[in-house]
Amino acid sequence: MSEPITPSQTVGPFFAMRLPWPDGPFVVPEGTPGAVTIAGRVYDGAGNPIPDALIETWQADPEGRFAHQDDPRGASASGYRSFRGFGRCPTSPDGSYRIVTLKPGPLPCPEDPGGVAEAPHLDVSVFSRGMLDRVVTRMYFPDEAEANAADPVLSSLPEPGRRATLIAVPAPAPDGPGAPNGSPAAGGASAAGGAGGSVLRFDIHVQGDHETVFFDV
Amino acid sequence: MTSGSLVVPSYGRPRGVHPPPDYSGYRSTALRHPKKPLVLLPQRLTEVTGPLLGEELITPTDGDLTGQHDGEPQGQRIIVCGRVLDSDGRPVPDTLIEIWQTNAAGRYRHAREHHPAPLDPNFTGVGRAITDSGGNYRFITIQPGAYPWGNHYNAWRPAHIHFSLFGRAFTQRLVTQMYFPGDPLQPIDPIFNSVPDPKARERLIAQFDIGLTQPEWALGYRWDIVLRGRDATVFEGGPDFEGGEDQ
Ligand SMILES: [Fe+2]
Repeated sequence: MSEPITPSQTVGPFFAMRLPWPDGPFVVPEGTPGAVTIAGRVYDGAGNPIPDALIETWQADPEGRFAHQDDPRGASASGYRSFRGFGRCPTSPDGSYRIVTLKPGPLPCPEDPGGVAEAPHLDVSVFSRGMLDRVVTRMYFPDEAEANAADPVLSSLPEPGRRATLIAVPAPAPDGPGAPNGSPAAGGASAAGGAGGSVLRFDIHVQGDHETVFFDV
Repeated sequence: MTSGSLVVPSYGRPRGVHPPPDYSGYRSTALRHPKKPLVLLPQRLTEVTGPLLGEELITPTDGDLTGQHDGEPQGQRIIVCGRVLDSDGRPVPDTLIEIWQTNAAGRYRHAREHHPAPLDPNFTGVGRAITDSGGNYRFITIQPGAYPWGNHYNAWRPAHIHFSLFGRAFTQRLVTQMYFPGDPLQPIDPIFNSVPDPKARERLIAQFDIGLTQPEWALGYRWDIVLRGRDATVFEGGPDFEGGEDQ
């Protein structure tokens, strides 16, 4: 009845043979109205970009719902038919990744469905050579100061000083002047950004002075 | 759902099963593991749901790695099949499995692969399958080879197939490797031995199965994969943060 679970092993250096999909970074198709591009880089403990990581994201739709049997409220009536909820992007040689998606809605908390909601967020997994198991973080949105302040996860971090590592920052259009660090979304975000979508920057520091908060999920 | 409550499952948090993030035997972990303690994340809607990726990703040759080119690949033809279960023993149906592996000579088809073993024009080494209603999956492939790597002097990886699984929830996501019985490289492989519990390590090794073996054609290996299990829990008062090993 109780089966012992199968241990994790590293994704290794060659996952790119199988795991990336051509449309993996597109939680919604490029050019979808209201699309937001999330772009950033993944860094190791020496501050060097990790060129062989895989980023995966999972999130609610814009109404804060999941098309999944374990969301007791059911899928949104409007459907969001082109919305997959799931994004997957391998990092480039400069450690950069990008995901094109729609901003999720806030979520009710099971502990208190009528009360405090979870602020809009994405769950983010990072896999790479040198990681024997994935690491998990969350990305929150910079234009949600009030919701973020009330969010049960953000507001109860053991080290509140590291909260900023979980919140994306608005980024200038990648094509424009002042693109951060030479455009982390090189070769990627310009289309969505140029099509009127906004761009958010979310860097992930696996280790080091700016180490991102990671979760035991 | 009744008003005022939102019932979501909770998934046990396995302790002592997965490798530690920092494992000195595997040098690349040194700069690629968080040094700060992980923060316990209560399992709410984002965590207990997950992508349900399905048949639209599968083409007819995805489950047969020997049938993806005009000719037959070199090497020992094998059948790898098994069940995907959760730790409560329930099958996990309709879930995507992705695999990748070396060819018979121990070489990956990848631009950054430098092992001077021959490529096989008839073998790519990638597959996909969806479990059936009973959680069963099946691949036809060839026995992968051992290959050298740069971790330490004379380091060789035991033969393995990389597996990626989703399950039904974000909490169940698993990337792992399947090994073969009797491989002399396993006892000296840091990645295999990063799993602290020898019993858990054994669960990474497929079993040879003469019943699965097809006469005059292919050897059969059986490998079951167990993902985290769940309990339906009504959250009242405080969330149930800590599950037992297999609760
Ligand atoms: Fe490998």
